[in-house]
Amino acid sequence: MTFQEITDIITSRFPEYSIQADTKNPQPALIVPPQGIATICQFLQQDERLYFDYLACITAIDNGVAADTMELIYNLTSIPYGVDIILKTIFSRNTSEGILPVVPTVSHIWRTADWHEREAFDLMGITFEGHPDLRRILLPEDWEGHPLRKDYDAQERYHGIYVRYADGKAAEPTNDPDRA
Amino acid sequence: MSERSKTGDGGIILTNAEDLMNWARLSSLWPMGFGLACCAIEMMATYAANYDLERFGIMPRPSPRQSDVMIVAGTVTFKMADRIRRLYEQMPEPRYVISMGSCSNCGGPYWEHGYHVVKGVDRIIPVDVYVPGCPPRPEALIGGFMKLQEKIRGKQEAVPGLFLEMEAADQKAVLS
Repeated sequence: MTFQEITDIITSRFPEYSIQADTKNPQPALIVPPQGIATICQFLQQDERLYFDYLACITAIDNGVAADTMELIYNLTSIPYGVDIILKTIFSRNTSEGILPVVPTVSHIWRTADWHEREAFDLMGITFEGHPDLRRILLPEDWEGHPLRKDYDAQERYHGIYVRYADGKAAEPTNDPDRA
Repeated sequence: MSERSKTGDGGIILTNAEDLMNWARLSSLWPMGFGLACCAIEMMATYAANYDLERFGIMPRPSPRQSDVMIVAGTVTFKMADRIRRLYEQMPEPRYVISMGSCSNCGGPYWEHGYHVVKGVDRIIPVDVYVPGCPPRPEALIGGFMKLQEKIRGKQEAVPGLFLEMEAADQKAVLS
């Protein structure tokens, strides 16, 4: 099945979403609106002509403060038909109230998405609506901020330890007789 | 039966307790068996057959309670920092720390952009010997141990403060 055939199936099934095909790059992608991602993924996974049963990766990209957009990229594979597809969704870095962006979860469709979405939340600050357990996955739970966002500033201290190189002090020299 | 005398038969050694204790200490430095990153691979190679740390009396222990030395072998993240501090506190005195490799010496390649790396393990626990390298070769780690042995050899250990406190409490209990 070609990319064009998959595109036709999806666009005819979801006329309400403006789904565009991006064929500029060697790997073509479908650009879908963020609010439709869960519905479209559900269809892709269950439709008998497609049967995308495997989610290989979810990638999050921050395009920077000037562009003010973020992207999520879903790499899907249909193991029975041996075809791949890339879904791309582009949204604003912050919602209108200045809080972090919200995208529907796909973790109820593919369990793989659970940890991928936790990673995207941890490092990029994307909230996945409907995720069963949206905690940080890599950083400690009391860490401040989401480090891979372009406007991230590291906190000054973590548990009393200076985070930056220049501010820090070495531990006291070992003159203390109690410290052998 | 030969009347040949035995080795050390009737021999006498004159020394003082301090030197004897130091000699015993530096001849059986037991490190805590843990590693954090790629430096730990070099550390394991140093323990293994080719470099054989055990000929120096150095063998890894599975518990901080049985360890004399902590080898901080690898990148210390902020998430790990609390755990390292806790493990260090669990070691009995006298205890020593070898910082192995650039990451644990000063942050290494993460010094500028590594938001997650402690810029030197000496910001959380006191370090006795720094071993440079990225990662250091086994010879360098052995060199670090020999440096530590030198340090112990010339040292007069103070009685641990906790011991003095317990002794004082005991005396108080006897008096009252």
